[in-house]
Amino acid sequence: MNENLQHRIRKYLLKALHFVALFIAMAIICVPGLWVVLNSFRPTVEIMAKPPVWIPNELNLDNYRAMFGAVGEGGVPVLQYFTNSLIVSVTSTLIAILVGMAGGYAFARYSFKGKAGIFIGLMLTRAVPGVSLSLPLFIVMAKTGLIDTHLGLILVYVALNVPFTIWLIDGFFRQVPIDLAEAAEIDGCTRWQAFWKVEFPVARAGVASAGIFAFLTSWNEYALASQLTRSTFSKTMPVGLRDFTSEFTINWGGMCALAVLMIIPALILTFIVQKHLIAGLTFGGVKG
Amino acid sequence: MAQVHLRDVVKKYGAIQVVHGIDLEIQDNEFVVLVGPSGCGKSTTLRMIAGLEDISGGEITIGDRVVNDLPPRHRNISMVFQNYALYPHMTVRENLGFSLKIAKRPQDEIDRAVDEAAGILSLAEYLDRKPGELSGGQRQRVAMGRAIVRHPEVFLFDEPLSNLDAKLRTQMRTEIKKLHQKVKSTIVYVTHDQVEAMTLADRIVIMRDGHIEQVGTPLDVFESPANTFVATFIGSPPMNLLRGRITGDTISLTDGPLISLPPQFASNVADGQDVILGFRADNLMPVGHAMPMEGAYAEFKMTVNLSEPLGTETLLFGALAGKEVQAKMLNPRPLQNGEQLQFQLDLTRCHLFDAQTEQSLR
Repeated sequence: MNENLQHRIRKYLLKALHFVALFIAMAIICVPGLWVVLNSFRPTVEIMAKPPVWIPNELNLDNYRAMFGAVGEGGVPVLQYFTNSLIVSVTSTLIAILVGMAGGYAFARYSFKGKAGIFIGLMLTRAVPGVSLSLPLFIVMAKTGLIDTHLGLILVYVALNVPFTIWLIDGFFRQVPIDLAEAAEIDGCTRWQAFWKVEFPVARAGVASAGIFAFLTSWNEYALASQLTRSTFSKTMPVGLRDFTSEFTINWGGMCALAVLMIIPALILTFIVQKHLIAGLTFGGVKG
Repeated sequence: MAQVHLRDVVKKYGAIQVVHGIDLEIQDNEFVVLVGPSGCGKSTTLRMIAGLEDISGGEITIGDRVVNDLPPRHRNISMVFQNYALYPHMTVRENLGFSLKIAKRPQDEIDRAVDEAAGILSLAEYLDRKPGELSGGQRQRVAMGRAIVRHPEVFLFDEPLSNLDAKLRTQMRTEIKKLHQKVKSTIVYVTHDQVEAMTLADRIVIMRDGHIEQVGTPLDVFESPANTFVATFIGSPPMNLLRGRITGDTISLTDGPLISLPPQFASNVADGQDVILGFRADNLMPVGHAMPMEGAYAEFKMTVNLSEPLGTETLLFGALAGKEVQAKMLNPRPLQNGEQLQFQLDLTRCHLFDAQTEQSLR
């Protein structure tokens, strides 16, 4: 057998191995998600079956029907939770992005006293585990009467997200050459116009990715929300999942159905801005 | 009418002063090049004219307006940046028309101005591309086009050619010169490349350490440099400089031969004065390999250590008075390294500088 053929065979084998490895990795990542989706369409008997039933015998929408049904029959105020989640996530994301843009731009463009210190301080807040904040936050919110309100949760999420958005957006504005703003100023722009017409559009991908990360953090957050919300009027969807647990039983099917509803908006959003997200994350590698 | 006047302009960053009271008058339609080594304050000066840097003292006028505190948009200038600074999210057409759009001009006027600029710079076929899809030279032209659509009073160029390869640089240099003839406008151009300065400028401003060393036409600064810095900065290869002392009507070069005092300096020097003798390679030639010199000249032997044939001429490197000296040979012939030749130095083209102040003794 000649040498070239050997090498070619080895190349194909390596490639095949590569795909197998990728498949295994993807399976590990995706199976829990698919399991949730699958379970949302199956009766509890099948979900709880041991050994697990991989190929479903019966798929139906019972869990969804029950979830949207009356309270006594396994119904959950899904729409209310969804609205709460949406209000809290969208508002906190918008604020975090606005603050992040102002802060990120300032860190990227201006030098001021204590700049490095403030920046490190902001980053350090990320090192604090979120759960450890739950008790202090609970006390503060209780004293200020913000417990069980949208506003309380929004404030918490803004605080959680702002250091991150500042950090991310700062990185993106650093990549935008300062000459662009100067050229715009010479072309007749005010400082403000130069920002909105030139620097912002160029860094838009970065702002979009910061926005998605902030939105997903707020949308998925459970630990703090479970402490700071009590009633239907402020519970977010992750907290709403707990409605399916009762003293002796857990309604896995219903929980999965709500989880699917929770995943969908996040998935759609990520899909829409996917182009920006990837462009944003690889911004530094692309020369404009 | 757009003269630019700088009066005692100072720039400080905290305690560090980078521009030390510059005075400069630039006439209407004049092409002035600020040249100097990096860190000499030339770009800072340009940016102060543009309004991108505040001035710490003095006065800048454009036309007859004092613009000290005016933002860039009110100075009626345009600027071409070193890295082009094209807006990456806009097409070439949008880039060119941006300033007019900001000024809220009617769309048909913008279109006309963009087409005109695109015509001048042969950009018509690229109008719908983004800057990322253009080559370096094309981007450079877009940057220039963006500057000309506004018909500003003053054009500012900040090392516009330094990112281009050598061939393109020569080509764009010609285009800039043509552009100046077409648009008839005042141009202030910053470069560290003395060839660019010599070829483009009506007048050259040579700067060092935040001071202006000399202002003059390219020939002026080449033929009568005000000091040793200008002498070595302008012209390639740089002027040879040798230390010596005046003794009677000769210069005794340190560790070197006696050379007659160039007649044009006879009345400007005192006996015993320490001087620096300057001459260009073109004025030191081996006997028999150039036109015989007329007028005053000095003759001495020098060993040639290295030769660089350049085609029409050959650059010779020898040692004189303990320093490396460059000479030229016009009729090329193969040379052995270490060969000793008889050289003639054209004294009428020599320069003399004071050894302490390094200023010309003209």
